[in-house]
Amino acid sequence: MSIKDRMSGNEALGVAIRQINPDVMPAFPITPSTEVPQFVSTMIANGQIDTEFIPVESEHSAMSAAMGSEAAGARTITATSSCGLALMWEVLYVAASSRLPLAMCVVNRGLTGPLNINAEHSDSMGARDSGWLQIYAENNQEVYDNMLQAYRIAEHKDVRLPIMICQDGFITSHAVQDIELNEDEPMRKFVGKYEPEHYLLKKDEPMAMGPYANSPFCMEAKRAQAEGMAQAKRVILEVAKEYEAITGRSYGFFEEYNMKDAEVVLVCMGSACGTIKDAVDELREQGIKAGLIKVRVFRPFPGEELAKALEGAKAVAIMDRAESYSTNGGPLGSELMAAMYRNKNTAEAVNLMYGLSGRDLTVSQVKDIYGDLVEMITKPEKNRAYRYIGLRE
Amino acid sequence: METTFDFKEIQGREERLAPGHRMCAGCGGTITVRNVLKALHPGDKAVVGNATGCLEVSTFMYPFTAYEDSYIHNAFENAGATLSGVETAYNVLKRQGRIDETYKFITFGGDGGTYDIGLQSLSGAMERGHDMVYVCYDNGAYMNTGTQRSSATPMYADTTTTPSGSMSNGKPQYRKDLAAIMAAHNIPYVGQTTLIGNMKDLYVKSEKAIYTPGPAFLNVMAPCPRGWRYDAPDIIDICKMAVETCYWPLFEVVEGKWILNYKPKNKLPIEDFLKSQGRFKHLFKPGNEYLIEAFQKELDRRWEELLKRCEA
Repeated sequence: MSIKDRMSGNEALGVAIRQINPDVMPAFPITPSTEVPQFVSTMIANGQIDTEFIPVESEHSAMSAAMGSEAAGARTITATSSCGLALMWEVLYVAASSRLPLAMCVVNRGLTGPLNINAEHSDSMGARDSGWLQIYAENNQEVYDNMLQAYRIAEHKDVRLPIMICQDGFITSHAVQDIELNEDEPMRKFVGKYEPEHYLLKKDEPMAMGPYANSPFCMEAKRAQAEGMAQAKRVILEVAKEYEAITGRSYGFFEEYNMKDAEVVLVCMGSACGTIKDAVDELREQGIKAGLIKVRVFRPFPGEELAKALEGAKAVAIMDRAESYSTNGGPLGSELMAAMYRNKNTAEAVNLMYGLSGRDLTVSQVKDIYGDLVEMITKPEKNRAYRYIGLRE
Repeated sequence: METTFDFKEIQGREERLAPGHRMCAGCGGTITVRNVLKALHPGDKAVVGNATGCLEVSTFMYPFTAYEDSYIHNAFENAGATLSGVETAYNVLKRQGRIDETYKFITFGGDGGTYDIGLQSLSGAMERGHDMVYVCYDNGAYMNTGTQRSSATPMYADTTTTPSGSMSNGKPQYRKDLAAIMAAHNIPYVGQTTLIGNMKDLYVKSEKAIYTPGPAFLNVMAPCPRGWRYDAPDIIDICKMAVETCYWPLFEVVEGKWILNYKPKNKLPIEDFLKSQGRFKHLFKPGNEYLIEAFQKELDRRWEELLKRCEA
């Protein structure tokens, strides 16, 4: 039985964390993820969970303590945003290469330059090569559902990798929306107990973690890590199926919205997908074959599956909420175009920068983008491969 | 707390840092680690932490570890935070009844990982009150990367980033007093020691640090034959001179009370510490006497200050 409620994305994380009841949470506040450690501290103070909170003095120490705690055998969680994630960067790699399945709630916010506190994906995109799984959400419901599935994916013996559960700062983290919550007991059962095979405090089995491993061994370790990421694709789908059986809500690598006969398609991640869906609905009424692919799983990157889903499309706009300053497009654009090339997709494709530093993306802007795509089908010379949306020029 | 020192019994204890590691012959860091770990009571378990540095890259080269106990290395600047996570996990697992054994938590860092890049992480871990020991093996420079100056490097030392030359007398600054900074955290136990005689002082302070509930910090002067440029067998004489000249006083801060453990009857001149080390060679050139005088003056000022703290 589901429980209807209304709450923000951060509050939804709070409910999921209460149901998971993790062992340890080291965290340092940063807008807009600050509420998460606050909620956890309050739940501890009120005896709702028996998590130990470590009030560390920085995000670097948050990730360092999280690595230590998970290595010692405790299910560990942390939360951060923006510069906090950037400060953790070094230790993200250590945690992933140590194959420690800790979870991090990432409330996406732009990295400073200049300082701003609003939604952007530059923080988690900066960590896209760190070896962490990354799952993105459109709304509070998905934040909640993704969080509950996180440990099942990360801790799976074929995966054993840390996981980021991402949502857009303020737009999702603070806006209150309707939500369906699950009952506690089935979720506790679904998440299960953390029973690692090897850990520092295991009786009669001392272990050493974090070696100096030079060229004779390092490459094999990295290959094994990449295999964990490859296996995660299967595990993510298995866990989603099991979750669907309990909740009725279904998840995959991405969501296809009006894709069956779609000719002009946007590919996007996060909260902007809600806006795009509204535009698609309006355009469909006008007879325009518009569709959307909402990417949920960015690591591992479902390149082959995405390219296949785009086979019927004639023009595609890939939407990036993070600049990579390559002059060749953003991270989603670069990776998806490479996958489309390998799959021999014939669609025209552009890569658009939108919503940087929290700038709104409007339904009318989205409709214009679809209009450009329609024009591009017959006039491919109109293709402007990489440009900004909603910019004052 | 009371500690007893039975030299034969202690030296007969099983080595927790196994032979076969790749630390240099005569390395003060290795002697420190061996003796600190000997202060664990036989049968007690431990998780040993380590900041990146000579010690880490020489004692845990995959696939070999020199540690008999569980061991964790994370990065250079986060040994304090990392072990604080391990200790917290231990408390949770113990409370949940998932483990029944008693563990102690001891982490080692050089002066680079402790005085400098890891100071924030160390300060945070001490302030939060984790039941752990942070041991700094202070060899007074970034030795793993080739003897660059640190904030623990003594004044005028010739290092690769403070080389002596026609326009330079070596490092311009005197060293940071980390033990005092740790004492200012008002943690239950701070000890400063070095490798003296039969290691009694190091043993006694290690045992106190490990078995005092709450955070403890040990600052151990651990000479480095390559960086300090002395003949490896001279290490014990150099440590002795550091204490007899009052360059490296032996003291403790127990629950906020400063205690001087040793006061030389005849305080020796600082030259007796400096002269056997290549890094101070330039101080003994004719015309540089004023540098030694300046070193002595600052040392005397700090020694007097310490005496006052310990009398109060």
